[in-house]
Amino acid sequence: MESAAKTAFPFIVWFVAVLIAFQGVLMIVAYTVLAERKVLGWIQGRIGPNRVGPWGLLQPFADLLKFIFKEDLVPDKSTKFVYYLAPIVALTCALMPMVVYPFGPAITTVDWSFLPWHLGDGIRALPLTISQIDVGVLFVLGITSVGVYGIALAGWSSNSKYSLMGGLRSSAQMISYELAMGAAVLGPVMLAGTLDLNGIIYAQQQSIFRWYILPQFIAFIVFLIAAFAETNRVPFDLPEAETELVAGFHTEYSALKFALFFMAEYVNMFTVSVMCTVLFLGGWYVPGLSHLVEVGSIPYALVSHIVFIGKICAFLFFYIWVRGTLPRFRFDQLMNFGWKFLLPVALLNVIVTIVVVYFLNV
Amino acid sequence: MVTSALFFLFAGLAIACAISMVYHKNPLYSAISLIGVFIALSCVYVTLAAPFIAAVQVLIYAGAIMVLVIFVILLLNLDDDRPLNRLKYLYGVGVGLGLILLVQTLFIFYAVARTPNHGVEMNESVGKTLSIGTAMYSEYLLPVEIVGVLLLMAIIGAVMMVRRLNQPELEKVVAEELTRRNEAQEIGDYRISL
Repeated sequence: MESAAKTAFPFIVWFVAVLIAFQGVLMIVAYTVLAERKVLGWIQGRIGPNRVGPWGLLQPFADLLKFIFKEDLVPDKSTKFVYYLAPIVALTCALMPMVVYPFGPAITTVDWSFLPWHLGDGIRALPLTISQIDVGVLFVLGITSVGVYGIALAGWSSNSKYSLMGGLRSSAQMISYELAMGAAVLGPVMLAGTLDLNGIIYAQQQSIFRWYILPQFIAFIVFLIAAFAETNRVPFDLPEAETELVAGFHTEYSALKFALFFMAEYVNMFTVSVMCTVLFLGGWYVPGLSHLVEVGSIPYALVSHIVFIGKICAFLFFYIWVRGTLPRFRFDQLMNFGWKFLLPVALLNVIVTIVVVYFLNV
Repeated sequence: MVTSALFFLFAGLAIACAISMVYHKNPLYSAISLIGVFIALSCVYVTLAAPFIAAVQVLIYAGAIMVLVIFVILLLNLDDDRPLNRLKYLYGVGVGLGLILLVQTLFIFYAVARTPNHGVEMNESVGKTLSIGTAMYSEYLLPVEIVGVLLLMAIIGAVMMVRRLNQPELEKVVAEELTRRNEAQEIGDYRISL
């Protein structure tokens, strides 16, 4: 019994961790949708949703119920298998990076010996990351780049001209801006000297700037713009430009399949906000907090975690704010901007960073 | 135990996807199967304690190259009813190459079986990003540079190929494509008519 419990214990902990992270992220995403409608309402001089629950707080659940109970229409001439596959690919690729998010610092001061069957033996730290892998940055970039297939295949399989145009636009746009995004990510990675997300946060604590946004401001701006394009948000929402393409790649999708695309878009927003926070804003690190409470204790982790979520929410608010403010680009403007301005600037930043890092380390 | 079970799972998945890639008539299904092969291979790399190679496999092959392939397939609109003219003599070449691969594999099994089983020293840093980077830019600098020049040549070649058509030829190609699309428009197949 004891040995069986000891074998199963890590898996149970992982399972619980995945469950908590999954629920937490999805709740934040659901309330981002509500916040978007509220904030857009205020920007446009409206009230926004306020009927379901106090202050409209139950609106996400009402939306979800509506999505579930709508009729599920499938276009007659669509390619069925790919048509069903596309939303699953989109949401899976959006949710998978959650595994490496650094939600907070490791809790090291708790004594785990109160657990039965000596389960706590040998456990010294409880990391607030589901899986700490050596190549966290590459993992996130790789998984999100696979997410393009969801949109491209959705556009192709619907057998509708609007969907196809949306799918083509989205794949062209994502290829173009992924390069600039990768080049922008290289700056902080080179300063930190690691691809591990927690390692980057620790490196920022040790650097004289505390946050990499100061030495890597150009990379930050490039990353932010590329992130807007990668998540198909205004002003780069050409794959679903309503005025030209009805609804773009998800024109032919209804009910829960549309909801999956919708969720994937908002989870992607969450992902790039996490990346932006970790790479440029110090992640969960609060300057000066280590003088107030002991590093590794539960209050330290709790405050750090809340600050981390707060930074992400600030980015999500920025997304909504931009959506309420800016008009949409034309497609040729989008391509010219991506290839002729953003990519050269990002590459120049990489070269300057290489030179500086080289001379600092000599 | 768990690792070898996962290895056989993902290796089997890779082989299944590869077979499906070869046998599908529709090029889009073949491309999707190829993405499956790449992702399964990257899972195999993870079980072999090479996380960097695994992440790069997904990032470059599944995330970048196959997006371009799918993009081209979507643009060209190759469908079931337009059979690819496969080259018949390539079957023979394929069988030959397959035999060579089989012999190679058997030779590796033979060589491994003959080697006395001395314990392999476990090195924690192997497969990590830092060790790969250090090796690439110190010990293997020359091959890396040569590959870089090779890629540059490929880019220049691609640019030259694109610019090869002169104006009358270009107009002819465009006119043919427009006729094909108009025909498709009449029968109501929007995937081609765009």
